[in-house]
Amino acid sequence: MSDPALLRAGAEGLAGPLPPLLADAQHLAQTVLLGQHGRRRAGAGDEFWQYRSAMPGDEARSIDWRRSGRSDAHFVREKEWQAAQSVLVWVDNAMSMSFSSSKELPSKGDRARLLAMAIAILLIRGGERVGLSGYGLPPRTGEVQLLRLAAALSDAEEAPDYGTPEARGMMPRSRALFVSDFLHDIDGVEAALTKAADRGIKGAVLQVLDPQEEAFPFDGRTIFESMGGSLRHETLKAGELRDRYLQRLAERKAHLQSLCRTTGWQFYCHHTGESATAALLWLYRALEHDH
Amino acid sequence: MFTLFGIGFTAPWLLLGLVALPILWILLRAIPPAPIRRRFPGVALLLGLTDDEQQSDRTPWWLLLIRTLAVAAVILGFAGPVLNPQEDRTGSGSLLVLMDGTWADARDWARRVDRAEAALAEAARDGRTAALVSLTDRPQGDLPFQAAESWAARLPSVDPKPWAASEDEIAAWAEGLEGGFETFWLSDGLEHPWRADLLAALEERGEVTVFESPRPVYGLRPARFEDGEIRLSALRARTGDAAQAVVTAHGLDPNGVERELARADVAFEADASEAELALSLPPELRNRITRFQVEGVRSAGAVSLTDDALRRREVALISGLENREELQLLSPTHYLEQALEPTADLIDGSLEDILLANPDVIVMADIARVTETEADEIEGWVEDGGLLVRFAGPRLASSDVSRDAEDPLMPVRLRAGGRTVGGAMSWGEPKTLRPFSEASPFYGLPVPEEVRVTAQVMAQPDPQLAERVIASLEDGTPLVTRKRMGEGQVVLFHVTANADWSSLPLSGLFVRMLERLAISSRPMQPSAEDLAGTVWVPDAVLSAFGQVDEAGQLPGVPGEALAEATPGPETPPGLYAGQDRRIALNVISAETMLSPTAWPDRIPVEGLEVLRETALKGWFLTAALVLLAADILASLWLAGRLTGPRAGAAAAVALALVAGVPQPGAAQDDPAIEELALEATTEVVLAHVLTGDAEVDRVAEAGLRGLSQTLFARTSIEPADPIGVDLETDELAFFPFLYWPISPDQPIPSQEAYARLNEYLRTGGMILFDTRDADVAGFGASSPEGRKLQQLARPLDIPPLEPIPEDHVLTRTFYLLQDFPGRHASRDVWVEAAPPDAARAEGMPFRNLNDNVTPVVIGGNDWASAWAVDDSGNRMFPVGRGYAGERQREIAYRFGVNLMMHVFTGNYKSDQVHVPALLDRLGQ
Repeated sequence: MSDPALLRAGAEGLAGPLPPLLADAQHLAQTVLLGQHGRRRAGAGDEFWQYRSAMPGDEARSIDWRRSGRSDAHFVREKEWQAAQSVLVWVDNAMSMSFSSSKELPSKGDRARLLAMAIAILLIRGGERVGLSGYGLPPRTGEVQLLRLAAALSDAEEAPDYGTPEARGMMPRSRALFVSDFLHDIDGVEAALTKAADRGIKGAVLQVLDPQEEAFPFDGRTIFESMGGSLRHETLKAGELRDRYLQRLAERKAHLQSLCRTTGWQFYCHHTGESATAALLWLYRALEHDH
Repeated sequence: MFTLFGIGFTAPWLLLGLVALPILWILLRAIPPAPIRRRFPGVALLLGLTDDEQQSDRTPWWLLLIRTLAVAAVILGFAGPVLNPQEDRTGSGSLLVLMDGTWADARDWARRVDRAEAALAEAARDGRTAALVSLTDRPQGDLPFQAAESWAARLPSVDPKPWAASEDEIAAWAEGLEGGFETFWLSDGLEHPWRADLLAALEERGEVTVFESPRPVYGLRPARFEDGEIRLSALRARTGDAAQAVVTAHGLDPNGVERELARADVAFEADASEAELALSLPPELRNRITRFQVEGVRSAGAVSLTDDALRRREVALISGLENREELQLLSPTHYLEQALEPTADLIDGSLEDILLANPDVIVMADIARVTETEADEIEGWVEDGGLLVRFAGPRLASSDVSRDAEDPLMPVRLRAGGRTVGGAMSWGEPKTLRPFSEASPFYGLPVPEEVRVTAQVMAQPDPQLAERVIASLEDGTPLVTRKRMGEGQVVLFHVTANADWSSLPLSGLFVRMLERLAISSRPMQPSAEDLAGTVWVPDAVLSAFGQVDEAGQLPGVPGEALAEATPGPETPPGLYAGQDRRIALNVISAETMLSPTAWPDRIPVEGLEVLRETALKGWFLTAALVLLAADILASLWLAGRLTGPRAGAAAAVALALVAGVPQPGAAQDDPAIEELALEATTEVVLAHVLTGDAEVDRVAEAGLRGLSQTLFARTSIEPADPIGVDLETDELAFFPFLYWPISPDQPIPSQEAYARLNEYLRTGGMILFDTRDADVAGFGASSPEGRKLQQLARPLDIPPLEPIPEDHVLTRTFYLLQDFPGRHASRDVWVEAAPPDAARAEGMPFRNLNDNVTPVVIGGNDWASAWAVDDSGNRMFPVGRGYAGERQREIAYRFGVNLMMHVFTGNYKSDQVHVPALLDRLGQ
């Protein structure tokens, strides 16, 4: 028998980081009115689909006696086929995601995790299986999976300056969600997307940016450093760079958009200054439907 | 001192630092502004971008200029720049700073003190000893030569005096001067008789320099009253071009506030030193004037106090029946009229009219009886300060006025019949007067031998008689008696006002006696003889600056001395009060002439405008600071820290550096108050008291809105939206009606708020107190709201209350009601109690009730909830159940309508009681 005190301390330590993220995500998820996404045909599921006349070969126990009692014929109660999809989520945990331009705004990473968690809640409530790519958390369903997801997302570990999407461990024909700022090397993203598309995986790419990264409100002599300090750029007149920076950012977005279009993915750019609900709604719509 | 471009430097070698400026320029130019380090994930996108130009490498020239100028300003500032550096005045030994110290100095005293300070500072720098002497406040003994700094410290305590030193004193002082010293004489610009001698005495001691202000000296002679006009003459010392001055008359207005009563321009012609001015003012205004003043001149000479000479008393003469058959010389008031006409305004008419005019004096010649009401009125008038003078006569002697008991309007009791001396049927000689005793107001007046008294009324011996006698015959019988009454007095001459009983009215003594009694005014400057034997106490004194101050505890001055006094330490100019009269002693008398000083050519005379040394160090350092602040701003801007992120803090710091001065608080008249006043007065508005409980306030507002809508729909009262009133801040007078819901935890208003509430209740406002608890509590202290109401209402001025009676006017002002339900239907509604003697009118179902609006209505029926409607006009709260409930709500609205009608129309419905009587009277 393990010591109850130790067990409890461990449990509390484990649960410590969960509630804020999970609670926020639950809160956010509640803003989306959930509809079951059935397959619109009879099959295994919980929801009533239709009554049909009993055919030879139907098991006697499948006959719905209550319905059959109202008429002379025998009826079988069919349920809607509900297939669970696997959704793999990749959230960039690189240091660049920990940037936030002001105290009022959450960091990009926080917003990304919140959105990922919220969509996971929605999906799991919808009966899908959600897992994390790159974290070794295979897709599963159920409330326990939510706790696991929250734990995995909240787990802070040493990370590089910029992250690259993980496309490993994805099951064919499943769906995926990549959340990152996609500011660094586009090649990694391209490779991951192509690899996923090869396996018939469809999904969504969510770019989370800070408003400052969109505005570039700098001027004067400045040394820009990446969050980890691995990249450095010095300029004498930051203001002069603004136009060219914004142009590059637009190019980056356009590139991501065209990549998604060719691979059948969907692309959305979210800013931490905006409400998270809009992004969540988009995510839900993008991941719910079959495309 | 090293001088450059008119600016001297105390530390000129520091200027060498300016040489370093070009080096600084080059150094600063080479150093570009420091870069900012920013963490920015987007840097990945920036890689490979290059700057177009390298210009920012160098500091821009204008920034360099700012910095260089700042450094230059610092260097210049510490080099001690001085504007108008004074060359050292040649001179050694002691310095005497001599000031005239007269009233003429006062007109620019501050500048004189500055000039003396400058002279003392100069002496201090040269290490000379100095003495400061004001000629009106001379030190005893030798000249007090001390270190100049100690005199500079004492300078603020030197004051000019409202007089000039006399010739003898100055001569004696000039005798006593010893030793050699240089004199620096600050002259007042007026020629004084002692000036030439003193100048000679000073020149014996050393060099004399004179400073004189070019400002004109104005004076104002005492006002005279001639031909119904006030005549004033203004004087000026230096004749020259034509000039204009404004003379103002000041005095108390009917409210007792001192203000300007009249003003007139007085024009000096070119080369004239005197200008005349005639003012024609109504007597009421004229009598209020306490002083004339040349406007804009702060000097005692420009102020002329007025006294009784200007004041024309209003005297009412009342005699018995007009005996037209009699000769004019026998008229009871003929001699009085003759004596008073030149100096007083005479009023005649009936006693009633006269009392309305509120005269200063009423003279009643041989009047025995007045009606009771008139007597009361006269008594009140005397007690308010009137002077009632009565003369005896046959009618008084034969009446029984003041015979058994003292009449309030008589100073003494009288014996029946009076007496006659020296007539055909009597023994003895006609009596002469005894010299006046010291306690008498007539003390000091010479008693002419020829005055004889042949008949008089006799005073009954009384314990108080002795103190009431102010003049008596040689045998000791009272001739004039006086009694003080309140602030006024009653004087009885025991003889007639004409020559029937005595020759007193024929003598000059009679006129003087009237004058002493302040019945007539003094015509002009009184002579010593007039004032003999009197003592005058300073009542108000004039400062050298022309300010009228309280006299404090100054000793009295004998009248003889005062009559011939010139202003001096013993007799400071001001207003002197005798027993009932006041005499003004002015700085400038009717004969004074002002003439300018005439200095010999050998004496250097300077004006007061002297270029003063101004140290510029502070200005230079301030400029340097300002430039540095500008540099901070510019650098921040250049480095992108004013526009980039987190620029707010930097900009705030920079602004704080630059602005430094806090914005003055905009403590103007609160526009919100005006707005409330407009809102509350442009339309009829119902108001509720803000309790601080948001829900209660919301319901109260909604309730009044509902009631307002009902009133609008049903009656001619068309209220606007209701207003919440904060008792502490808002003016209540705008609101005819206040709804005050009671919540247990509302704060008790402050004392000021209660004062305003009481004022509101007294001036016809009405408050409806609603404890909102009639469902759970009978009216009383059994609920928290009830107890709170008791607390709240304790300081209020609330009349006795009673439960609303059946015939109260509230039951019929618009609807006929007997119940006053709100959301609850309790019958406990209290209003001001009817007077106990209210009687039922004949043939009417109602009593004749009190004739005003009840100031409070108190109940607990939660009327606001029953009335309340929300913004869309729906009822907010259910009342009762079903149809009965709606009926109750309807009655609640009717109660509201009745209440408002009561508020706005008062007891108009109650007054209908009188309709039958009115119709009856009209003969319908």
